[in-house]
Amino acid sequence: MRYAMAVDTKKCVGCSDCVVACQTENNVPIGYCRDWIVEVTDGTYPQLELEHRSERCNHCENSPCVRCCPTGASHYSDGGTVMVTKNKCIGCGACIASCPYDARYTHPEGYVDKCTFCLHRVKKGQQPACVAVCPTKCMYFGDLDDPNSDVSRVIKKRKYKTLIPEAGTNPQLYFLI
Amino acid sequence: MREELIVSGRMNPHIDPQLQIWEWHIPAYLFLGGLAAGILFFASYFYIKGKSEEYPTAVKLAPIFTPILIGLGLLFLLLDLKHKLYFWRLYTAFKIESPMSWGAWTLMAIMPLSAIWAAFNIKSLFPKWDWKFDIVKDAIKVLEEYKTPIAWAIMILSVILGIYTGILLSAFNARPLWNTSILGPLFLVSGMSTGAAAIIILSKSKAERHTFAKIDLLLIAIELFLIIHMFMGFRASSQVQIDASAMFLGGQFTAPFWVLVVGMGLVIPAALEILEMRHKKIPYMVAPVLVLFGGLLFRFIMAYAGQMSRWLY
Repeated sequence: MRYAMAVDTKKCVGCSDCVVACQTENNVPIGYCRDWIVEVTDGTYPQLELEHRSERCNHCENSPCVRCCPTGASHYSDGGTVMVTKNKCIGCGACIASCPYDARYTHPEGYVDKCTFCLHRVKKGQQPACVAVCPTKCMYFGDLDDPNSDVSRVIKKRKYKTLIPEAGTNPQLYFLI
Repeated sequence: MREELIVSGRMNPHIDPQLQIWEWHIPAYLFLGGLAAGILFFASYFYIKGKSEEYPTAVKLAPIFTPILIGLGLLFLLLDLKHKLYFWRLYTAFKIESPMSWGAWTLMAIMPLSAIWAAFNIKSLFPKWDWKFDIVKDAIKVLEEYKTPIAWAIMILSVILGIYTGILLSAFNARPLWNTSILGPLFLVSGMSTGAAAIIILSKSKAERHTFAKIDLLLIAIELFLIIHMFMGFRASSQVQIDASAMFLGGQFTAPFWVLVVGMGLVIPAALEILEMRHKKIPYMVAPVLVLFGGLLFRFIMAYAGQMSRWLY
């Protein structure tokens, strides 16, 4: 099993619904967020290109955060997701410094927190909150090992990119271009 | 033109607008750890060489301060933790790939050994020292029989401690400025240089000061070489490392780094040490104090600038 997510940059309008859905679903403390929108403007007027990306933890296959964690609090879980065990985390910040996507933060209670791919929902057969709520249906979630999953099918059909693959992280968040 | 912006208002504390997860605690600890490692290395090395009488400050006096230095460093580390009550989790795991993990274990080993070494030599600082309890006296007597193996253990562990302070940072490929394998040796050499400086400050013998000034001079030369080598590597590397080095080559850290760290912390003390060796009248305290100051500032600048260097946005 290999959970992954694909985001269609041609469909995403940058409404931030995914951000709010995540904050609500996961009780994210006020002033924090686990996902965010990046807007890329390329070119000079009038030849402009616009790209919207809904970003979050890349659940990397070669995760620097798991490698750098001194206690094993950051670990690989079901479907290759990267998770943090609260009561093993000492809040040293090594994983935060090691993440090239800056996807982690320190929860006000002291432990490090991040996107979980809404594993609690996925285990019940639901979609992650951000995917479920997207008004343009620009996000696809599923198991890459299953050729019939939404994410496998869309990645087969479309061209895609990942963010800074040259950082050697093998990210599992695909951006359809 | 290309502009990449986070437009959903992400403002995670200590992450945005730019990473600042580590404040003064970490660079201060890196300095104290490097300083203690340097002192302990010279103490154990010259003890093994049988030069305890020739270099009493290095072998006996200076290491008395190392348990305090390491203890203070550990206190800073604890203050830096955000989930403090779980700090003991460091010692329920050993992760070979995490420099922080084996650094924690190294500290666990070298801290008691440095205290034992201090106990051996406490009378050189306080001649009237009395342990009061016989059991302590007996324990020290037993341990003194193993003084040479203890010295060997301290020597090896001090090198690990010194180099780990640099590897800790260089293991983060997310921060291009830190992500160079030169950083380990550079921090080790810098730590040993600050250790030599501390010994010069504490020493009352001119011959001993002279030896350590020579050692310090060699270490400063290696440090300068490694710094130039590091920037050559950055300039010849990928775009993110070129950008990271630009902070020091024209960017905001240019003046503090080249004037204060390299100039005042390395070049001037080296020049003063050379002049002193040629028997010019120079107060011997100036050079080592500058070395200590330069070492401290070097770690602060590397810690702050490293967190500013990044891949995205």
